[in-house]
Amino acid sequence: MAQRTPLYDAHVKANAKMVDFHGWDMPLNYGSQIEEHQAVRNDSGVFDVSHMTIVDVAGTEAKAFLQYLLANDVAKLTVSGKALYSGMLNQAGGVIDDLIVYYFTDESYRLVVNSATREQDMAWINAVAADFQVTITERPELAMLALQGPKAEEKLKLVMGADKFTGVASMKPFMSLQVGDYFIATTGYTGEKGYEIALPAEQVVALWDALLNVGVQPCGLGARDTLRLEAGMNLYGQDMDETVTPLESNMGWSVAFEPAERDFIGRAALTEQKAQGHAKLVGLVMKEKGVLRHGQKVIVGDSEGVITSGTFSPTLGFSIALARVPATVGATAEVEIRKKLVTVSVVKPSFVRNGQSVL
Amino acid sequence: MSNIPKELKYASTHEWVRNEGDGIFTVGISEHAQDLLGDMVFVELPEVGATVAAGDDVAVAESVKAASDIYAPIAGEIVAVNEELEDAPETVNNDPYGDGWLFKIKADDASEVESLLDAEGYQAVIDEE
Repeated sequence: MAQRTPLYDAHVKANAKMVDFHGWDMPLNYGSQIEEHQAVRNDSGVFDVSHMTIVDVAGTEAKAFLQYLLANDVAKLTVSGKALYSGMLNQAGGVIDDLIVYYFTDESYRLVVNSATREQDMAWINAVAADFQVTITERPELAMLALQGPKAEEKLKLVMGADKFTGVASMKPFMSLQVGDYFIATTGYTGEKGYEIALPAEQVVALWDALLNVGVQPCGLGARDTLRLEAGMNLYGQDMDETVTPLESNMGWSVAFEPAERDFIGRAALTEQKAQGHAKLVGLVMKEKGVLRHGQKVIVGDSEGVITSGTFSPTLGFSIALARVPATVGATAEVEIRKKLVTVSVVKPSFVRNGQSVL
Repeated sequence: MSNIPKELKYASTHEWVRNEGDGIFTVGISEHAQDLLGDMVFVELPEVGATVAAGDDVAVAESVKAASDIYAPIAGEIVAVNEELEDAPETVNNDPYGDGWLFKIKADDASEVESLLDAEGYQAVIDEE
């Protein structure tokens, strides 16, 4: 039987259409995926992300361990609560997972990794950790919600009360703060302002109900996918996996080659690939009728690429995609859609931020 | 439980057919089909005047999730298409058996409709999925 989050009954009560997501029974939508998407762009929406894996890293060598484990450099983190996005790579530079690391002290960090890759992640983290003075602790007793949208702040303030919310109000993006039992981070996967909140599983239904009571729209995996794609954010397993490197996945910005003396897993492979050249992940835009889809062939001159994620963009009203293409790509490419070739524009892989088109 | 009106006929590919009299039949997709596809974003309809055979792919319903071919359940001539869907494809989700209809066919042989599934037969098709 599929695993259930503590919110399973709440989803069913809210008329969710439940689907299997990598072994978890998760809500796809609560009626209309597009309405949920618009709620996050214009107001606020809440997602159950309790299936995600929270891992605490502690010990005298926690910093050294993460500097070796991750392609981004945790030495950039000096303010308690600060968050950093990074890939976790294998020796060949392939992406085992992408994650967010939260900094508390040089001896205490928190990782939030994907649920679909949980087993491989834990095996890899524990194997690498064996050579360091660190303790790796999974936190399955914590549930997690993502509250996203321009009104997320006002809704969370209503629910928490003005007093408790004081510290949260002044949080900058990509920060975290422990407020009572809530671990609140100003992170997300939608391109909107908002929070990801980890809290004891037995309290999550109460927070979920309170948010719905103040008019927050429950949102499923369908809206989560269109929102993150508009924001140009990768989905693990679709836009990147162990067979490609961050350089081929629009994650080059998250690889810290400096300082040169820091060794991290995958560094040698990335350095070599950087010198040799590589494919890149770009954005595609198609204003004609039709929808770009995962797996469609992209023709760039004499060579080919592939769409890794494609969708209809509810915010823009036309189709957008992420595609891995040869570095020679120009301002346009051709996509094979249902046996027809269609010319599409090639853009930076980011389409919508804070409710507005960035094209 | 999906709504499957008793007065309609169905194809196993999830189209419904309504007899409008004078050999004219309205075609749409079932509530079950629209539910599988999710929010509709484009509907590509056939040309009025086109001649179609039973089983021809004549329209495309494109949702956030997938593009799905829609087949002519019977042979005949397309005599009308639902142009409202151009601006409001979500009508197929909201009212699949009413305002969300797709096209009308003038049947070459109206008796062809008799070989389609009734509500019970279509329910059995869904149950097997």
